[in-house]
Amino acid sequence: MESKVIVVTSGKGGVGKTTTVANLGMGLALAGYKVALVDADIGLRNLDVVMGLENRIVYDLIDVVEQKCRLRQALIKDKRNDNLYLLPAAQTRDKEAVKPEQMQALSQELKEQFQFILVDSPAGIEQGFKNSIAGADAAIIVTTPEVSAVRDADRIIGLLEAAELFNPQLILNRLRPDMVRKGDMMDISDVIEILSVPLLGVVPDDESIIVATNRGEPAVLDKNSQAGQAYCNIVKRLEGEDVPLLDLDHPGLLEKLRRLMGGK
Amino acid sequence: MGTLIDMMSKVFAKENLPSKNLAKERLQLVIMHDRASLSPDLVMKLKEELIKVLTKYVEIDEDGLEVNLDRGDDSVALVANVPVKKVRRV
Repeated sequence: MESKVIVVTSGKGGVGKTTTVANLGMGLALAGYKVALVDADIGLRNLDVVMGLENRIVYDLIDVVEQKCRLRQALIKDKRNDNLYLLPAAQTRDKEAVKPEQMQALSQELKEQFQFILVDSPAGIEQGFKNSIAGADAAIIVTTPEVSAVRDADRIIGLLEAAELFNPQLILNRLRPDMVRKGDMMDISDVIEILSVPLLGVVPDDESIIVATNRGEPAVLDKNSQAGQAYCNIVKRLEGEDVPLLDLDHPGLLEKLRRLMGGK
Repeated sequence: MGTLIDMMSKVFAKENLPSKNLAKERLQLVIMHDRASLSPDLVMKLKEELIKVLTKYVEIDEDGLEVNLDRGDDSVALVANVPVKKVRRV
């Protein structure tokens, strides 16, 4: 399989980009792929804490592009999975400290060692965003079923196209089936109709994500997490498998019981 | 009394509409406008090229050149205001 750099982006902040990168990265690593996660949110790094790797940072992305260290010195190996590595962002620099060409070179170098490289993009459409997409072969757009998030996603789709990064895929995050049923939240088809991009997956709004983040353990590791299950399915789709969407409407008693027992 | 009841029923009628319909309608409108606007970067490029072509035929006031998108209810027009200093005699 050819190595692939995938940028995870959204325009709007707080819709779940970092959580998505952490979970897809861990999921892909569990599936046996060599995976590197790149935190491109220079100055506001968070992928390290979401992954629970914040205490292991020595060097960062800026040190690598400025050649203050080797790439392998800056890469942090995950404590749970040997296939998974994190390249943290610098916390005390700003987004102008990196150039798109440097990100392209970095992506090339990472492709030599990893099969999947997931880039966590910063919010916004400025330099940080441009840097994050510079070395990418594909894009995943994360949005929530809210007007502000969907509007920003549409802007991002336009900007990706202008940058010749075509065919982005969509993850609809934090869907609340109860609100959809009442007609108080846009559903999957509403969002797809507006954005007209293919759907990669739907992740339900789930308290287990907050618990997982508190612990620094991605939710895909938790068999009882519905969101974690949704991320597992997205991982399979990234591998090319055809997996149906989770039935969020009817997690009946049996299903709940089965989940409690640790089954799928 | 009548007006109060009217007002109440109006308020409740609005609240009874599923709010997602409202969200979708508003989004579709705002996105239509977003998609129809030019970025400052693109406007700059457009101006530069316009100037290049126009100066072949007329002498124009480059600083006074204005390019805008005018939106009607269901159409969009590109409107350029070009102050001409002198027409070249070809």
